[in-house]
Amino acid sequence: MKLITAIIRPEQLDDVRGGLEGYGVQGLTVSSAHGYGRQRGHTEIYRGAEYTVDLHAKVRIEVLTSDERAWDLMDIIVATSNTGNAGDGKVWMVEVYEAVRVRTGERGVAAI
Amino acid sequence: MNTGDTAWVLVSAALVLLMTPGLAFFYGGMTRAKGVLNMMMMSFGAIAVVGVLWVLFGYSAAFGKDVGGGLLGNPLAKLGLQGVLDTGKTMPLVGTIPEIAFVGFQAVFAIITVALISGAIADRAKFGAWMVFAAIWVTVVYFPVAHWVFDLNKDANGNNTGGWLGQGLGVIDFAGGTAVHINAGAAALALCLILGKRKGFGKDPSHRPHNMPFVMLGAGLLWFGWFGFNAGSALGANGVAGYAWINTLAAPCAATLGWLLVERLRDGHATSLGAASGAVAGLVAITPACSAITPMWAMALGLLAGVVCAMAVGLKFRLGFDDSLDVVGVHLVGGIIGTLFIGLAADPNSPAAGQGLFYGGGLELLGKQAVGAFAVMLYSFIVAYVIGWIINKTMGFRISSAHESAGIDISVHAESAYDFGGRVSGSFHPLEENPAWQHETPARTESKVDA
Repeated sequence: MKLITAIIRPEQLDDVRGGLEGYGVQGLTVSSAHGYGRQRGHTEIYRGAEYTVDLHAKVRIEVLTSDERAWDLMDIIVATSNTGNAGDGKVWMVEVYEAVRVRTGERGVAAI
Repeated sequence: MNTGDTAWVLVSAALVLLMTPGLAFFYGGMTRAKGVLNMMMMSFGAIAVVGVLWVLFGYSAAFGKDVGGGLLGNPLAKLGLQGVLDTGKTMPLVGTIPEIAFVGFQAVFAIITVALISGAIADRAKFGAWMVFAAIWVTVVYFPVAHWVFDLNKDANGNNTGGWLGQGLGVIDFAGGTAVHINAGAAALALCLILGKRKGFGKDPSHRPHNMPFVMLGAGLLWFGWFGFNAGSALGANGVAGYAWINTLAAPCAATLGWLLVERLRDGHATSLGAASGAVAGLVAITPACSAITPMWAMALGLLAGVVCAMAVGLKFRLGFDDSLDVVGVHLVGGIIGTLFIGLAADPNSPAAGQGLFYGGGLELLGKQAVGAFAVMLYSFIVAYVIGWIINKTMGFRISSAHESAGIDISVHAESAYDFGGRVSGSFHPLEENPAWQHETPARTESKVDA
């Protein structure tokens, strides 16, 4: 099993979700995140004074998957979250030792 | 007594009261998220303390029989509103409405003037110290200044028996450019000098406004209430009120355009805060002038105020005083512009019947307006500074550095404005059932402060 985590632009969430659902992914965990990468911050102006805000609003999505499907899912996330501009985010994958569906007690891939 | 006039004044009084909660939103949105409740509480606190003092002796100090020189009304003459409770009796100053309606209308002016000051001391003032300041300042500054400007009583021979600026000198201030805006702006400057800068002033980006829709909502409520403020100051449902009303529309509209134009040319972006600020700057500027200049001149005044105030709000960073929400840049500067502009553009055919420089009146009226503006500014600044200094030396005006970092809402009021994420992990006890709660939740106890 693999856990894929992606930090993406909030406005790309619907595209990413659509792509994953198209591939048969049935569940997704989404949380709000803040961060910065090479694009650094953005500037806001209030009453003529500039405020540089280093942290951008991002969305963090996490999806558990079987080993066979993991590489395809990763490609789908990368393809659907890409706008070609700095600030598109990161996607990474880690090994998962065990997963349990809380309601039924099912373990392993069956729990996904 | 005229029921139409009385109805309009009572409605106007309610409109003006709504301005203070509106101001709470206007200011509250401009603070950061962990100080919004304190900012709004300073407005609500002003309503409470000034409302009580007004009934006790404030009205009497402002509009009681002059004690001499037009400096102060006798605070004991109408103590507890004695002598004004005859609902059928009109007053000499306003022939068509009962005096008790006038008491209410003037009360809400005192309230918002005090609330305006609070914008200068965002995020760092002890609430108790603010309440004490509000009570003392309104007593020794606002009540006398309201007498100077708004008590237009005279005797049968036309001799002044009211204030020395309004009836005495003939300064034109229809709804409070001096008594409200210059007064509050000068006191705000004094207080932000006493309290010092917020941590990270001019450097920390977390001081940016946290809720711009609140600011826009507040500006809208202020504008709505301002029709009561200005048109209500006609103290009758008549053409003078209509004259003031249309100026209260025209000037802020032009001021909004002026402020946005400066931003677009200087910063590259027209902002929502600029639109809200421009409207308020125009409202401030037209307040003294709304019965004295034509709507065409009102738009010129609005444009001027919008442009000048947009540039004035940046001065604090260069001069190094933390007037957090620009009470000085908007209310003091806007109030001075509006008060002096009367000396230039007052139309002899207007309700106020002044004759400004442009209408062949020479410099006489401009000189009077300057005296009025300068006298109120100087008196308010000095006295506010002294009151603030004494409070700071005795009870302390500023919260501790740790409390400021933690956020004034949680440390002074033991509340937070927003439940981010909805996750709560902890315990809950109704206070009366568990008086020892403070000791069981040390995190809350640490963050509480006597203020």
